[in-house]
Amino acid sequence: MRLRLEQREKSSPWLNLTLPLIAIAATLVLCGGLIALAGANVIEAYTVLFASTLDSKFNIVETIVKATPLVLTGLAVAVAFRAKFWNIGAEGQFLLGAMAAVFVGTQEGLPTWSLVPLMILCGILAGGLWAVLPAILKTRFKVDDVVTTLLLNFIVFYAMMALLDGPWKDPLSGYPDSPDILMDAEFPILLRATRLHLGALLAAVAAVFVWWLMRFTTLGFAIRAVGESPRAANYAGHNITKVIILTALISGGLAGLAGVGEAAGLHFQVMAGISTGYGYTGIVIAMLARLNPLGVVPSAIFFAIILTGAEAMSRSTGVPVFLADVIQGTALMTMLIALLFTSYRLRVSLTRHG
Amino acid sequence: MDEILAQVFQVGFFAAMIRIATPLLFATIGELYAERSGVLNLGIEGIMLLSAMTGFSAAYFSGSLWLGVCAALLTGVLAGALMGLLTVTFGLSQHVSGLGLTLLASGLAFFFYRVIFGQQSTPPNIVAFKPVAIPLLSDIPLIGPVLFNQYALVYWALLLVPLTAFILYRTPWGLHLRTVGESPHAADSAGVSVAKIRYQALMVSGALMSVGGAFLSMAQFNAFTFGVISGRGWICIALVVFGQWKPWRSAMAAFLFAFIDALQLRLQASAVIDVPYQVFLMMPYVLTIVTMALLSRNARVPAALLTPFRKEER
Repeated sequence: MRLRLEQREKSSPWLNLTLPLIAIAATLVLCGGLIALAGANVIEAYTVLFASTLDSKFNIVETIVKATPLVLTGLAVAVAFRAKFWNIGAEGQFLLGAMAAVFVGTQEGLPTWSLVPLMILCGILAGGLWAVLPAILKTRFKVDDVVTTLLLNFIVFYAMMALLDGPWKDPLSGYPDSPDILMDAEFPILLRATRLHLGALLAAVAAVFVWWLMRFTTLGFAIRAVGESPRAANYAGHNITKVIILTALISGGLAGLAGVGEAAGLHFQVMAGISTGYGYTGIVIAMLARLNPLGVVPSAIFFAIILTGAEAMSRSTGVPVFLADVIQGTALMTMLIALLFTSYRLRVSLTRHG
Repeated sequence: MDEILAQVFQVGFFAAMIRIATPLLFATIGELYAERSGVLNLGIEGIMLLSAMTGFSAAYFSGSLWLGVCAALLTGVLAGALMGLLTVTFGLSQHVSGLGLTLLASGLAFFFYRVIFGQQSTPPNIVAFKPVAIPLLSDIPLIGPVLFNQYALVYWALLLVPLTAFILYRTPWGLHLRTVGESPHAADSAGVSVAKIRYQALMVSGALMSVGGAFLSMAQFNAFTFGVISGRGWICIALVVFGQWKPWRSAMAAFLFAFIDALQLRLQASAVIDVPYQVFLMMPYVLTIVTMALLSRNARVPAALLTPFRKEER
């Protein structure tokens, strides 16, 4: 028996919709095996996982709160990957956005009305400019962007830890927590008595904005053209360097905005654990959404459910909470394999010939 | 200043440097095999973590450290084969496959550690590897205690570098591996199976990374912790670039990093220099990026790195 991959003439749009669902189903089946290995009832564990995040208005809102940074980092990765700018650095750009927000948000003497807009602006700029650095290294020096964006995450992380351990250290408790932002700098709450903050609205607007950008603007067209074939894009008159740098600016800006939201809307400070790998989860989210900006939203909500639901599942069934991490990794793998079938079909021939 | 130097540069300092370098040597050389065959193995961080866990668990239950190393090796080889399935057979993006492998393997490591050991107030530990003094050689002043009174795995790591240089440049398999990494079509025309060589390279790469991970949980420390690897895998990706994809230079890069790390630990402990220790932790990353930018014009990147190979496509 031989297995062979054969190129499809055209990918069917029907597959575009069903593939993520197939990938998720395959992931849940595979990870169901792990739940059974951990000695729990698979159906019960999954029921708790999903129900706990969706069974009340409060829990649904909490899931949206969790999805907020994920939508933005997912968008950041989706934009960058479209141009084949392999931004693995959303994690670092997120942290810089959060740090910029706290820096602005703790400044006394600024007009109170200007605090929130300034935090958003500075956070976007901090993340965006940080992403431009590897973009310049890629376009001018041909340095691999995967390695640089990945390494830059650690530089930001250690810089943040040095800051939290030094100038920002809490003088009383000695904890590596930054000072709290001013009350006037806190993001407004959208829904009374919940934690749903302005960031969720910004994330939704960002998703529509990126969709519009990619679909209806010259820049969006150029980004896709550069990603599909740099040589053809060059012939078509696009300045590749400029397009990649702008892509990086947008991508990093989105990740930075995610950081602003977490700092200004949820924690009101920066601390060592402010990101639980949102930048890396963003990669999984973007891949599952097939890099489609509007698809990023349901994809991010799905992972928000997994991340928050896993804790409830762990409490009630004893299955380790780390199932959420396994689900992320497995989903990325199954989606990659599923994607293969949009452009290839698997041919199984029983006899050897040729 | 002289006092500080005298305090820092003692025999113990250099012995510690060699120990810090050991897991990096294994994983860097492992990554080197993969990249020289044309596959960037970003699964490194996850493979090291999962192997640190499987190695530790096997040693914990069997009571045999070497059985633990074998379990780690098996984990690494399987993970390497999975990476081969994704990037060679399916021809998927090496970046995304590697990150996926790291996410999956890290998740599995945490998940199974909890399943096996539960949540305990004091983490389970083992009797870790003990240093093995090599007779006569370990009696040499200075060099003896630094180089010849180390863990067995340290000697393996030190031998691995010349062995790899020999394999890559002096054996037919090494020639095939390098050709596959530089020009897979030429290799294919010459009758070398690109897929087979890349699978083999990835399995060797996974095996070596796994020993690096096992060293951390079974020799350097005597327990598995969630932060046991803490980015060392990513450092090795940088070290390969820093070492220009050559075994000796990559090893030197690993020693340079270990030197900085050991220095950082000493200075932190002596608290004489008022620089945040995070600055030292940052240094290898900064250095790598600067080096990559400076060397980019004549970098010796394997030409076929990152490109999947399909016979019918040219």
